[in-house]
Amino acid sequence: MKTLRQKLFGLSVPALSALCAFVIVLMVLLIIGDIVLGGWGTLSWEFLSGVPKEGMTAGGIYPAIFGTFLLVVIMSIVGVPIGTITAIYLSEYASQRSILARVVRFAVNTLAGVPAIVFGLFGLGFFIQFVGIRMDQVLTGGVQLKWGQPNILWASLTMALLTLPVVIVSVEEAIRAVPRELREASLALGATKWETIRKVVLPNSITGILTGAILAVSRGAGEVAPILFTGAAYFLPKLPGSLSDQFMELGYHIYIMSTQSPDVEATRGIQYATTLVLLVLTFTLNFAAVFLRYRIRMKSIR
Amino acid sequence: MDEPTTLTETPVALAGPGMENQTSRVSKRSGSTSPSGELWWRKRFRLAEFLVEKLVTAIAFLSFAFIVLIFAFVFREAAPVFSSSREITPVTSKPAEQETYGEEQLGDAQRGALTREREKTPVEQTGEGSATVRNLVDKTWQPVSSQPKYGLLPLVIGSLKVTIVAVLIAAPIAIFSALFTSAFAPKWAKEVLKPTIEILAGFPSVVIGFFALIAMASFFQNAFGFEYRLNAFVGGAALSLAVIPIIYTITEDSLTRVPRVMTEASLALGATRWQTALFVILPAATPGIFAAMLLGIGRAFGETMIVLMATGNAAIVSGNFFEPVRTMSASIGAEMAEVVFGDTHYTVLFLIGSILFLFSFTLNAIVEIFVRQRLMRRFQGQ
Repeated sequence: MKTLRQKLFGLSVPALSALCAFVIVLMVLLIIGDIVLGGWGTLSWEFLSGVPKEGMTAGGIYPAIFGTFLLVVIMSIVGVPIGTITAIYLSEYASQRSILARVVRFAVNTLAGVPAIVFGLFGLGFFIQFVGIRMDQVLTGGVQLKWGQPNILWASLTMALLTLPVVIVSVEEAIRAVPRELREASLALGATKWETIRKVVLPNSITGILTGAILAVSRGAGEVAPILFTGAAYFLPKLPGSLSDQFMELGYHIYIMSTQSPDVEATRGIQYATTLVLLVLTFTLNFAAVFLRYRIRMKSIR
Repeated sequence: MDEPTTLTETPVALAGPGMENQTSRVSKRSGSTSPSGELWWRKRFRLAEFLVEKLVTAIAFLSFAFIVLIFAFVFREAAPVFSSSREITPVTSKPAEQETYGEEQLGDAQRGALTREREKTPVEQTGEGSATVRNLVDKTWQPVSSQPKYGLLPLVIGSLKVTIVAVLIAAPIAIFSALFTSAFAPKWAKEVLKPTIEILAGFPSVVIGFFALIAMASFFQNAFGFEYRLNAFVGGAALSLAVIPIIYTITEDSLTRVPRVMTEASLALGATRWQTALFVILPAATPGIFAAMLLGIGRAFGETMIVLMATGNAAIVSGNFFEPVRTMSASIGAEMAEVVFGDTHYTVLFLIGSILFLFSFTLNAIVEIFVRQRLMRRFQGQ
């Protein structure tokens, strides 16, 4: 029955699609392999705990690791509560057809699609040039430029904005996975809606909130574009001590070292090792998130 | 019912029809409500509950406020370009060059004074709004020179070139992989491919950029003998790595949402699996694939770090895909840190940012309003 053409297609369509899938897997392996091989030699405890030396051609990346850590911590402190509450609104309070809920949902989706560099511009235009300058005028009478310049607070807030959709989507999924019977039991016992949310829904979706936070941190640690001009510094010998200090960051360090360094070839090892550190960091976080999400899904199936 | 003492009770009259509305809304959403639940909703107006709900709503509304703020502030900084009180370049590019190399050619001190004055107080130059816009579509992007030129054409072309390459590479690979997962793949292959896509999506863009800059660029140059190591093609190829997960995820999602009955009907009529996949499943998921492509384009157009590192960053107008390009996003990323606040260069960079924002916003709105609804209708109708 089958014509030759059909047979040919019958073989080639699955083969072609399998090939495409294979290409993706291959590329991922290539990238990981290249970076692990390139960075392994330079990686050492001294590299992780030292500061850059000799015009950034030697030494470690501890300030960058610390800066990244501080960035994501401040970002999470601001972003996770807002994201969680928004998720609570979307899943518990809003009816799916209400205009307000649709507006919020549209805003969240739009926020997720805005290019990272635009967030950077917003951070510069709003946080630094608008809020910061006014803070200086109020606090110091505009004599001294303290908040009206790039610093870690503005960078973190910008990053919190960027990672907000990540938190919202993940927390909402977890809240929806909480069985309806639990809510109904709580309401039937006379608890109010907010009591139900606080004592039943949230404790049961704590893994989801954690997943959201982890995914946000992973995203925040990897993005460089928003902090290019809102706070990241080329080189700082000392760690940021206050919110109005600039900071070094892993991703920014990679960018600087591989494109602006005076001797790009000589620092190849450092570049690779820094990339490896960033990659390990984001992978660990992502795997943790995947694991937690897997547990949530198992729970919601049960 | 046990009442918490902290909550304020108010007479029934306060609850009113609004509360009833809420009750019906709640019960509709949760499907079923216990009779006692209905009772307390009708009977009491609780101040704490009311305040919490309003607070939660207000915070949720922040997301929308942020979008408005981004709009407002990115456009605010870009606005002076259009206000015509500040000109971008005084005259068109040709006389401008003369100024750069020597004002004595022009021969009047007045012109030189004007140049100096312009650099300090550009606001005083008025009335050349048309020249402003004309200069923005000029072919030279040379913001840092004694005679800056802000022609956006090379940047727009650069962005388009890189985006085209990225989507042309990413779309077939991602769509076919999605088809593979939903139609052909054995279980083990799915279990390899899906986490791999997640890993790929989890790569920080700076890591992909680094890989492209160091490894991919050299590989392509050795393989194809490119004249320039970093060019639009290398940048686009690297960018496709960031676009693949987006297109794959959304395509795969819409492929799996194609109703089983359609697949089964097709198979029952004697179609083979590949015929079903290619002529039934794939066409049924077209709106989803369309959405995936749009979002992929949006991502490629706005992505900064990868193109900043892997495209060579030369602002030239050319149709050659193997020459270096400078994209709009990369210009912002590379130049914004060095500009003076409020000067023309700063304003033009914000204008570029506004364009990027508008572009991604439009794409997203199309996907949200048009495609998703259509997809829903199509699947629910069948």
